Amino acid sequence: MTPPDEPITDFRALLHPMNRRRLLQGAAGLAGAAALGSSLPEPAYAQDKVLNLLSWPGHADPAVVKPFEDKYGVKVVAKEYVGGEPMLALMNQSPPGSFDVVLADAEYIGMLKEGGFIDKLNPADYSFADYWPEFQKFEPHWPGGELYSVLIRFGYLGIAYRTDVLTEADVKSYKVLWDPKIKGKLGFFDWYLPTMGCLSLYNGNKPPFDISDAAFGKLKETLFSLKPQASGFYSMADQFSMLTNGTAAAIPGVGDWVVLLLQKNGVPVSATVPDEGGIQWTESMSIVSSSPKKDLAKAFIQYMSSAEGQVRSAHMPAYWASIPNKKGWELLNKDFPADAKALRHTFDARNVMDEYKDGKIFIRKTPVKQSIEAWNDVWSEFKAM
Amino acid sequence: MTSPTDAVSAPSTPPGTRRATGARFAVFWGAPPLIWQLAFFLVPLGFLVAMTFWSVKNFRLAPDSTLANWIFILNAGFFRSAYVYTFWLSALTAVLASLIAFPAAYTLAYKVSPATRRFMIFMLVVPFFTSYPVRIYSTQIFFSPQGIINTVLTPLGLGPLQVLNTATGTIVGYMVLVLPLVVLLQTFALSNVPRILIEAAHNLGCGRLRTILTVIIPSARIGLIVAGTFAFVLAFGDYVAPVYLGGSKPPTLSILIADQVKSGNNWPRASVVAVTMIVTLMTVMLVMLGLAYGKRGAKR
Repeated sequence: MTPPDEPITDFRALLHPMNRRRLLQGAAGLAGAAALGSSLPEPAYAQDKVLNLLSWPGHADPAVVKPFEDKYGVKVVAKEYVGGEPMLALMNQSPPGSFDVVLADAEYIGMLKEGGFIDKLNPADYSFADYWPEFQKFEPHWPGGELYSVLIRFGYLGIAYRTDVLTEADVKSYKVLWDPKIKGKLGFFDWYLPTMGCLSLYNGNKPPFDISDAAFGKLKETLFSLKPQASGFYSMADQFSMLTNGTAAAIPGVGDWVVLLLQKNGVPVSATVPDEGGIQWTESMSIVSSSPKKDLAKAFIQYMSSAEGQVRSAHMPAYWASIPNKKGWELLNKDFPADAKALRHTFDARNVMDEYKDGKIFIRKTPVKQSIEAWNDVWSEFKAM
Repeated sequence: MTSPTDAVSAPSTPPGTRRATGARFAVFWGAPPLIWQLAFFLVPLGFLVAMTFWSVKNFRLAPDSTLANWIFILNAGFFRSAYVYTFWLSALTAVLASLIAFPAAYTLAYKVSPATRRFMIFMLVVPFFTSYPVRIYSTQIFFSPQGIINTVLTPLGLGPLQVLNTATGTIVGYMVLVLPLVVLLQTFALSNVPRILIEAAHNLGCGRLRTILTVIIPSARIGLIVAGTFAFVLAFGDYVAPVYLGGSKPPTLSILIADQVKSGNNWPRASVVAVTMIVTLMTVMLVMLGLAYGKRGAKR
């Protein structure tokens, strides 16, 4: 089952926002009713004492945001989503003013900007000087040369695997996904983008998301050939339980964010970036254009990118991640040396920045030459095989 | 649903004034559920159907009158396989649940004291005290590779039993959902079979099994079929069991709905799937009710 300190539940993250609330929203949208206000989180505080955050699960955890809340006398209330497309849908459907800050993955920043959903930011407002040089001007966040989002955390995606089934040598290549040892035990994170990205790398496509239609056809074949290996398609939280109970011996397209928490609970799992390369995921924060509390939103992003916010975000209870702020690394090593080691954020050994410098890591993007829908439909077809 | 029309036609011969009062009374008490159904079922259903002709641009819904969603979904291989799979699994669930429930319902209806029956009926209601997703999650504990069942089986040289992420897992989940209800419905159906018929059968020298097959089952047919139909309907639309026990492998129609919305905000395509499901369920209901109330039932 999910680890005890694991606050994500599928039913919070998936069922409610996905099915009930958004079904209502869809109906309301249809009716053309302006009653969409119901999509807002229940205000436990007066609205002016709330910072509304749209994010992946876990980012409004008190373990992360408590110092900010105390300092400003506000409550951070999150509407959580799973997957970039649901995030875009929520941004599109919610009435203006619903959110102050949106946490999104890099590949969606351009679309958010195009849609006029996020504000241009002033780089001088944020502590980029403390960031690792590689992330001081993170290209996807600067559409048209202007800053639109501040990188908060990131990680690499390759293969997560159970160490009692596969060895480090086994997972040197994505070839292991077809290994008879894990027949019927290959789990999938139920999102087309990371899995298909890793398989695209296996097919030799670099960069993996900008591929010709011929290469896309081949990617489809590669994906479909994995069907006999498949154990199931998991939501975010189910990956934790399926790796823990051994139903899944390996999951492609995921990484440290899944295994670090499990390792802490003694589950024999590890994650790796195979030789063919891995995908980088990112989470960054932007100020929502329709926010009535832009100063508070700015202050929140400043906090989250500061050394303290970064340390708290790195070992956020829901899922851990690498942080781009070097000062954050220093603080993490000082206050939580064991966690720094688990995150490979130490300065005296090979760390995640070294892996980044190896050139094997590619930023996750939405498909360039095909539509998102085309990739999604392949995924639907694969699931139904 | 009891509609006011039933209630109005029920009082038989009274004079005009009493009839008017009766009608007002019936409308007053009957209207709220009717309005409720109208507002929260019929109207959304209308929207749902309308939405199947809409289109999606940049994750935003746009009113339209396109047939593209219907054409895409009905021709999609993944929809067809999901449809067949969902229908087959739900039908299997209905049959299995009916068969498994019958001996229990028979026992409850005929073989135990009224006090025991009341207690057992209460126990059958207890599962509904806990939310269904929680019950499904706890089922995961039983069936996981190092779970309770495999821990018992492995030392015996049986197993490990692979249930999670299989169709068996989904069926187990469906059973968790429907079995208590089917037992309850069957118990009520059997309890309503006039005792006098059973006694008459015995007096005429009819054996126990033959009594069940030729007297009890035909007499309780309506209730038994309704119970099985309920099982089918609940399983057909369930999302939780196929996701958390079946591992979405392969997806059922309800998972397909979620997928279409999740991946591209494609409410129109999801609506096509939903409308197809509703039409299917209505057809199944009509056929089953026809079977329940049809001519061959006239014996009674």
